[in-house]
Amino acid sequence: MMRSLENELKECARKLLTEKKVDLIIGYSKSPLPLRSTPCFIREEKDVDSLIFDLTCSNNLATYLQKSKCAEHRKPNTDPTVRMENRCKIGIIAKACDARSIVQLILEKQVKKEDITVIGIACTGILDLKKVSDRLNGKEILNYNPQDDEVLFEGKDFKKALKLSDILCDSCKTCLNPDPSVYDSFIGEPVSGAKTEKQEPMTELENLSFGERWEYFEHEISKCIRCYACRNACPLCYCEECVVDRTNPQWFGKSTEFSDTFTFHITRMLDTAGRCVGCGACIRACPTHVDLAPLGIKIEKEIKERFGYTAGLSLDATPPMATFNEDDKEEFIM
Amino acid sequence: MSEHRKPNTEHRNWQPKIIAFLCNWCSYAGADLAGVSRIQYPPNIRVIRVPCSGRINPIFVLKCLQNGFDGVLVSGCYPGDCHYISGNYYARRKFAILKTLLEFIGIEPGRVQFSWVSAGEGEKFAQVVKKVTDDVKKLGPAKRFVKRV
Ligand code: SF4
Ligand code: SF4
Ligand code: SF4
Ligand code: FES
Repeated sequence: MMRSLENELKECARKLLTEKKVDLIIGYSKSPLPLRSTPCFIREEKDVDSLIFDLTCSNNLATYLQKSKCAEHRKPNTDPTVRMENRCKIGIIAKACDARSIVQLILEKQVKKEDITVIGIACTGILDLKKVSDRLNGKEILNYNPQDDEVLFEGKDFKKALKLSDILCDSCKTCLNPDPSVYDSFIGEPVSGAKTEKQEPMTELENLSFGERWEYFEHEISKCIRCYACRNACPLCYCEECVVDRTNPQWFGKSTEFSDTFTFHITRMLDTAGRCVGCGACIRACPTHVDLAPLGIKIEKEIKERFGYTAGLSLDATPPMATFNEDDKEEFIM
Repeated sequence: MSEHRKPNTEHRNWQPKIIAFLCNWCSYAGADLAGVSRIQYPPNIRVIRVPCSGRINPIFVLKCLQNGFDGVLVSGCYPGDCHYISGNYYARRKFAILKTLLEFIGIEPGRVQFSWVSAGEGEKFAQVVKKVTDDVKKLGPAKRFVKRV
């Protein structure tokens, strides 16, 4: 079934390139490492066959709309109007969460809708490599084989099937909108409806006391090594100069001193408030497995309750932090 | 960890340091009025005058906690009275999210507080400062977020 999905995908990409509808396709291709895929940038028809789509396609490709320098087409230039003129037409393969990020990027006027061709793709979830590795006691995996609701892993001296629901990312397990919110063509069958048992993302931390929550975050954030992979993987962290990199004024110390690190994470969460689509790319990118998820989930929930907004679902929306309502609740103000 | 939750009994002479971000057009004038009317309020606040509550970046609040302030007060014009029409409406959204997140990570609600105080409300200003100071005194010195060099 995966194979035919991939064939459909390649067909679609080939057509876009031959008909010169796009100059570039952003998709996934195989990585030399098992259980990994790598983002790929295809400009020529002959390379289309390297496209894949499976459980390992974990990057949020919308990130590359902003961050790929798109070589000859997009000269580095800090003037946004100039950047827009040097733009190239891009076809991008989008899972539901990638599509939602693309919607946000369009709403925030970072990319133009006319420049982007969204190839929506049916997604049933992405593997959480930490969960897999924990369940296989860190043994080296050489091959894997997805079956219906199981995945068979093979290594040097073992073979083990794991239940899919045990090894999907948390963000996939709580994905309430598994079909892309915008697309120009769609690959596969829509999945929504099939997933009614899904629950809103939530965090148990809410039931703990202030002190217990603090201890939890103190423990988690202390693992951070300030590599910024989370920020770099995030499609909505596209600032030309991130506040954490600024030196004049320098808002954040550069070491892994705890308060600096935590201030960075809180700031990033506030910056992405009302824009974060909960794709989990930041969490998957983290080499030390810092549990950033509760922060994002809490904000997303608050934004939904207070301002009635869920990021990336509609192109007619106004991002909640860029607008206001005179009757916004203000119970916390004296 | 538990020392954070106990009321501060050890340092009898401890006085909290509280920073107040006051909008120039209302709360700052309110503070001024409290002063010229000789209304008494606790001397624990250090004032930073800002042009509008919309000028207050949540990072300011985080930096104050990091640099050792025990409490933060943010005060602006009433909704509808902002000198720049809508600065405080946008600010209100930012503050709501900031407050939610700070409490979620375990910063006690009393540490960071918000108010609307108009230029004519010297009395209210004094009350607000008194409340924030009392709350912060009960919580004791802020330690959680302080830079650990
Ligand atoms: S903050 Fe994380 S979950 Fe949210 S959009 Fe960015 S990468 Fe995705
Ligand atoms: S953390 Fe904030 S300043 Fe840095 S890239 Fe993300 S949104 Fe921009
Ligand atoms: S990816 Fe992980 S370790 Fe790197 S900065 Fe983000 S939270 Fe810290
Ligand atoms: S001028 Fe006072 S809040 Fe905008």
